[in-house]
Amino acid sequence: MDLTFNAQERAFEQEVRDFLAANLTPELKRATALTPSVFSDPDIGMAWQRALHRKGWGAPGWPVDHGGPDWTPAQRWIFEAECARAGVPNVNVMGVKMVGPVIIGFGSPEQKNFYLPRILSGEDYWCQGYSEPGSGSDLSSLKTRAVRDGDDYIINGTKIWTTHAHHANRMFALVRTNESERQQDGISFILIDMKTPGITTRPILTIGGDHEVNQVFFDDVRVPVANRVGEEGKGWTYGKYLLEFERGSGIASAKLRDALKTIADLAGSDVTGRAIDDPDIALRMSEVEVDIDALEMTELRVLSALQTGQNPGAVSSLIKLRVSEIRQAVTRLGVDVIGNDGLAVEPARPFYRLNHEPAVSEELLPVVPEYLNGRAYTIFGGSSEIQRDIIAKMVLGL
Amino acid sequence: MDLTLSDEQRLLRESVDRFVTETFTAEHRKRSANEPLGFSPAIWKQFAGLGWLALPIGEAHGGLGGGAIEIGILMEAFGRGLVTEPYLSTVVIGAALVGACGTGAQKQAILPDVAEGALTLAFAHSERAARFDLGHVETTATRSADGWRLNGNKTAVLDGAAAKQIIVSARIVNANGASGKLCLFLVPADAPGLRVRDYARLGGGRGCNLDLNDVALPADALLGDGSDALPAIEAVVDRAMAALGAEAVGIMQTLLDTTLEYTRIRKQFGRPLSANQVIRHRLADMAMQVDEGRSMALRAALMADAEPVARSRAASGAKAKIGKCARFVAEQSVQLHGAMGVTEELDIGSYFKRLLAFETLFGGSAHHYRRHAALSGRLQA
Ligand SMILES: Cc1cc2nc3c(=O)[nH]c(=O)nc-3n(C[C@H](O)[C@H](O)[C@H](O)COP(=O)(O)OP(=O)(O)OC[C@H]3O[C@@H](n4cnc5c(N)ncnc54)[C@H](O)[C@@H]3O)c2cc1C
Repeated sequence: MDLTFNAQERAFEQEVRDFLAANLTPELKRATALTPSVFSDPDIGMAWQRALHRKGWGAPGWPVDHGGPDWTPAQRWIFEAECARAGVPNVNVMGVKMVGPVIIGFGSPEQKNFYLPRILSGEDYWCQGYSEPGSGSDLSSLKTRAVRDGDDYIINGTKIWTTHAHHANRMFALVRTNESERQQDGISFILIDMKTPGITTRPILTIGGDHEVNQVFFDDVRVPVANRVGEEGKGWTYGKYLLEFERGSGIASAKLRDALKTIADLAGSDVTGRAIDDPDIALRMSEVEVDIDALEMTELRVLSALQTGQNPGAVSSLIKLRVSEIRQAVTRLGVDVIGNDGLAVEPARPFYRLNHEPAVSEELLPVVPEYLNGRAYTIFGGSSEIQRDIIAKMVLGL
Repeated sequence: MDLTLSDEQRLLRESVDRFVTETFTAEHRKRSANEPLGFSPAIWKQFAGLGWLALPIGEAHGGLGGGAIEIGILMEAFGRGLVTEPYLSTVVIGAALVGACGTGAQKQAILPDVAEGALTLAFAHSERAARFDLGHVETTATRSADGWRLNGNKTAVLDGAAAKQIIVSARIVNANGASGKLCLFLVPADAPGLRVRDYARLGGGRGCNLDLNDVALPADALLGDGSDALPAIEAVVDRAMAALGAEAVGIMQTLLDTTLEYTRIRKQFGRPLSANQVIRHRLADMAMQVDEGRSMALRAALMADAEPVARSRAASGAKAKIGKCARFVAEQSVQLHGAMGVTEELDIGSYFKRLLAFETLFGGSAHHYRRHAALSGRLQA
């Protein structure tokens, strides 16, 4: 066993660092540091996606023939770790990491040729239409209907909690194409152009004060049957495939380490009255850091298994659970580090383009919104309660 | 021993419960979020009419001479309604500081006006470097020919922009330049050199940071006779923490009630969320924590007039314990509401944020366990 990288891998690490030094502008870094929501706004996120694409790094997980860079798992690790350390924008994952793999796995040649290049280049911006008001954890009870009419489906219903639907030009959605079968069997996976007549979007503000999620209404929306991915009625299988991507998608420890470092820097500075001198803060910081060490080691074990061609198994649920809990612990530490200054609410967005002087130092502004928005981490992508059920069933065989 | 409410206390509770339910609706909260002062001056007048502003003020100054239990009754109801009127800053803290430290003339000039609703106050004490240590004040007061000059920066001044008078703590600079006693000063809101950086406060209402840049004050701006104000500050902040604890109990109870109702109605997998054992156990834990919180708030109120060490141990114990309970109840309420919980669509986000602000004010649980340990001789202060 060996935790160190070999010479080739270290050379790659240097290449990534050089790329970051040349492309990650101070404006992008500042915007990222001052964004308290899960994803960067599209102008920031897509600027970064374009830079990655120019380098041929737009979709690290994709096969080479669709534009992937053909990296080893170790290279992917190095790439993610360096990006996190440098503070790159949080690109909306709906395109590259979610719908992309489904189209690659189950789409028609036409769909692959049309959509994949547009995802890579950042020309298309995607949102995920799964959840509905009545169907959250119990997703397969979803009711949005797609009824066949010649070469089209006519869609009626509503999706909710749709992240960045107000920015997206495309949505991938699960819709019900057959009422009569078992709940999971009547569902299809469909790609929808957000400009189609009959679609309206209502903003929903989250408790941190950000507009990230929406409710989307479908009123007799005509979508070509050609936009269905794979077989009719198999959407649940594709959707679950994608959820596993969402849960296990990658390498979270590096980002958490970076988030902890941001808080540690604040704690060591006069803007917080040197919170780090408080032994309770120091102890908790170590506690969170050790949690991140454990997570990182788990991620490396998965990586090592992948590298040697083994299947990591249901460990993705364990990782999803720990990542969300550690994220919340980091953001909570942030709240305690900034103390009284957390009482000041700045309602304007984005923080990196305020046209007034905020009541507290700029770098403190995202801390409380990050904690508040971060309550969602144990809810979306399968809540912690549901994750524990999955672990009990799939890992423990109960 | 008798922990039942007196008839008067019961009447007070009924009247405040009724008033809060009728007045502080969700629509009202949306409106008051847009009020420049963060609360409604008309409602403040109603508080005066109901006698709530006079409640803890001594009878000699137009008050009713009520105690911490009565304040707790009001504050718990205020918590349920997420009231943003400056009751804590003006009555529980401001008037109490004037009552504890002020000269006869100062009390006569201020307390009757507070009782009538004509004057609101704020307390500017916290500083960034103090990290909640009540004795750590770097703001200075220098004697001048005709009075005082104040310099320094204050944070977390609750309702500062609404206050006509701000009570500012500062260390007196002695003739030899060394820092001396901690004293309190009455600073008019329009004093030259005073910069108020007003902000919307987490969980409702407003707060501000203050910059004091050579603020010139007359000699009688010094509150009281110039003796050390720290013991009075400790006593008043202990009372304020007991009051805040009661408010937190009202907020927690509302979150518990709301979450209980939601998990009964919301169905997934063909049955109510509350049919799942993990949800039932979670709700049971939440209920236990609300109850423990209630006990600690009551305990701190009952000991508000005890000798200083016992009083402060009870107050810090309550702040620490209720803070822990509040975090659990708040976070689990959001969790059990699913995505609905993290939005502004429901009220529970507002209650969540108010509890977060409660946890921070006057220091979090870790700080107060430490103060408790120091007061108990287990740790050096
Ligand atoms: C910020 C944010 C962004 C999101 N973005 C998207 C998006 O882009 N696209 C999309 O489709 N969806 C999105 N979602 C929705 C998300 O996937 C759902 O919130 C999630 O599936 C949970 O569903 P729910 O909110 O309806 O909660 P519910 O299913 O109603 O659950 C409420 C609570 O009950 C618990 N619970 C439910 N069932 C059980 C059970 N059987 N046993 C024990 N406990 C149970 C849950 O764990 C939770 O604590 C987003 C959500 C959030 C908060």
